Amino acid sequence: MTDTAHEARHIPDRLDSPARAALFSWPTLLLIVGVALFIINSMASPYFLSPWSLSDATFNFTEKAIIALAMALLIIAGEIDLSVASIIALASTAMGVALQFGVDVPGLVTIGILTGLICGIFNGFLVTGLGLPSIVVTIGTMSFFRGISYIVLGDQAFKGYPAGFDYFGQGYVWWVVSFEFALFLLFALLYYVLLHHTNFGRQVFTIGNNPVAARFSGVRVERIKFILFCLTGLMSGIAAVLLTSRLASTRPSIAVGWELEVVTMVVLGGVSILGGSGTIQGVVIAAFIMGLVTFGLGLLNVPGIVMSIFIGALLICVIALPILWARMRRRAAR
Amino acid sequence: MKSILRFREFWLAAIVVVMVIATNLRAPGFAAPDKLAGIFNDTAMLMILALGQMAVILTRSIDLSMASNLALTGMIVALINAAFPGIPIPALMLFACLCGLALGAFNGVLIWLLNIPAIVVTLGTLTIYRGIIFLIAGGQWVNADKLSPAFVQYTRIEFLGLPALSWYAIVVAIAFFILMTRTSLGRAIYAVGVNPTASVYAGIDVGRTKFATFLISGLLSGFCGYLWVSRYVIGSVEVAKGYELTIIAACVIGGISISGGVGTVAGALLGALFLGVINSALPVINVSPFWQMAISGAAIILAVVLNARGEKRGSRLILREAEATS
Repeated sequence: MTDTAHEARHIPDRLDSPARAALFSWPTLLLIVGVALFIINSMASPYFLSPWSLSDATFNFTEKAIIALAMALLIIAGEIDLSVASIIALASTAMGVALQFGVDVPGLVTIGILTGLICGIFNGFLVTGLGLPSIVVTIGTMSFFRGISYIVLGDQAFKGYPAGFDYFGQGYVWWVVSFEFALFLLFALLYYVLLHHTNFGRQVFTIGNNPVAARFSGVRVERIKFILFCLTGLMSGIAAVLLTSRLASTRPSIAVGWELEVVTMVVLGGVSILGGSGTIQGVVIAAFIMGLVTFGLGLLNVPGIVMSIFIGALLICVIALPILWARMRRRAAR
Repeated sequence: MKSILRFREFWLAAIVVVMVIATNLRAPGFAAPDKLAGIFNDTAMLMILALGQMAVILTRSIDLSMASNLALTGMIVALINAAFPGIPIPALMLFACLCGLALGAFNGVLIWLLNIPAIVVTLGTLTIYRGIIFLIAGGQWVNADKLSPAFVQYTRIEFLGLPALSWYAIVVAIAFFILMTRTSLGRAIYAVGVNPTASVYAGIDVGRTKFATFLISGLLSGFCGYLWVSRYVIGSVEVAKGYELTIIAACVIGGISISGGVGTVAGALLGALFLGVINSALPVINVSPFWQMAISGAAIILAVVLNARGEKRGSRLILREAEATS
C-alpha cells in the first residue's frame, strides 16, 4: 500500500507562460518579502545600512544556511534529518579532543568534517540500510550524538584553539565578505547546479514525488537517499568547523535547537515538507530573510526569544497564506 | 496481530523489570516499594504527555509543541496564582486544561482546515508558544515565594500512600484506555492511522479525527503545565525545554509506530517508565548523569530497529500523508 498512489494529480489543459510562472513563483514571493524586510529594517534603524553591519548580519545564518542547502535536498527526497545540530556538537567535540593531542589546524578541520560525514553515514545506514523512518531515527541519533558530547565534556568546555583556526569563522576573504559567507555562496551555487541541472537532482525530485515509480524507472532510491544523508552530515561537519572557529570554544550545548531552525529555513524556502518540490534559490532567499529578521530585530533591541515568535509566525503564515489565497480564488471562480 | 502486540509490551515490561532488579543488585534498596513509587511519581507527567502524543502519532501526525504548550500554560497559571492567590486550585487546574485545549485547538485548526502538515504547524507553534511566555512574564521567573501553598500542595497530597501526581497519571491512563479501546473516537484514531483513504470510505472524517487528537494532546499538555509548575515550583521560559523529544522518545520506545496506526496505552506507559527508570537508576549506580542523553538516544534507535523488525508491513514516512481528507 502506498499513499502516493492515491494522490490526485490535476494536470492543467494549458500551462502558464514561463514569465507568468516565474512572476508568481515562491522565490519571487520570498524575494518581495525579503526586500520589504530590508527596506523596513533600514528605515527602523540608522545602523542597518552600513557594509560592516550587513556583513555582521550574515554571521547569524551562514552556518545554518550551509546545512539547510543539504537538508533541502533531503526533504525534497522525502526524508528529514533532525540530528544536524547534534552532529555539530559531536564534530566540535571531536575537534576539541584532537586539540588536546596537539593536532594542527588542517588536522582539526579534517577531523571535524570527517566526524560529520561519519554521523551522516550512520544516519544513512539506519534509514536506507535497515529501512527505518528517518524522523524517528534522527530523533534517536539527535540525543545519541549530543549525548556522546556530554559524556566526553560533562560541564567542561574545550578552549584554546590555535591561532589560524579562527580564520574559518572570523576571517574575511575580501573587504567585508567573510570566509563563511563566501563559502556559503559557493555551496549555494554548487547545490543549485546539483539539484537543478544534473541527473542526480532530477532523481532526487523523482524519489520525493513517488519513490515506487522512481524505483521502477531505474532510480537507485536507497543509494541516493544514502548519499543525501552523507551530504547532510558532511555539511553539518563543515558548519561545526565554522561555528567552533567563530566561538573559539566547544561546549556540549553548542548549536542547541538548530535542527528546527534549519528545517524552518528549508520549509520557508518553499520546499514541500511532503517532498517532491522545492528550489535552492528559495532556500537561499529564506536564509537571508531569517538573517534579516533576526538582525533587524536585534538592532531594535528585541530579545532573541521574541524573534523566535516572528520566525514561527513567518513559517506558519508563508505556508497558510498561499493555501488560503488559492482557496479564496477557487471560491471566487465558482 | 493482537498477540504480537501483547508480546512486544510483555518484553518491554520484562526489560524494565530486569533493569530495576539489576540496579537493585548494584545498589540495594533501589527496588524498595517507596523508591519504586518515587520513580513512578517522577515519571507521572511523562506518562500523561506520552499518552497525548500517542493519540496524535497514531493518526500519522506529530505534535512538537507539547512542551511549549506545557510551559506557556504553566506560566499563565503561575502568574494567575501569584496575582490572585484566592482562586481555588481545582478551578485553576480546569483553567490550565482549557488553556492547553485552546493552544492545541490552534494547532488542530491549521492542520484540519488548511491541511498543513502537522510537523510544520507544530514546529512553528513550538517557537511561538515559548516566545509568548517571555512576553507575558517579561522575562521574569515565578518561583516558590510567589506561589500559594495550596498551589504547590495539590500534586503532593498523599492518598493511599501515593502522591496526588501519581493518581492523576493513573486516572488519565484509565480514561485513555477507555477512550482508545471502548469509544468510536478511539477506533477512528486507529483507523485513520492504518489507512486514511479507507477511513474516508468508512465514513470517518480524517481531518476532524486529527483535530480531536490535537485537542487531546493540548488538553493533557495544559494539565501537565499546572502539574509541572506545582511539582518543581518554578515557572520560567526554560521550563521543559526540549522535552517534546523526550515525549516522542517515550512513545517510540513504547512501540508506537511513527507511521501511524500501531501502538497501545500500555506501550506508551511502559516507554515512559523505561526512561524514568533509566533516569533514576544512573545516579544510583554511580554513572555520571551526563550519560543519560546518549543512553536514551541509543534506546530510541534500538527500539526503532526492533519495532521495525516486529512490524510486518514496511515502514512509512510520517511526512507523507494520503490526500484523503477532501
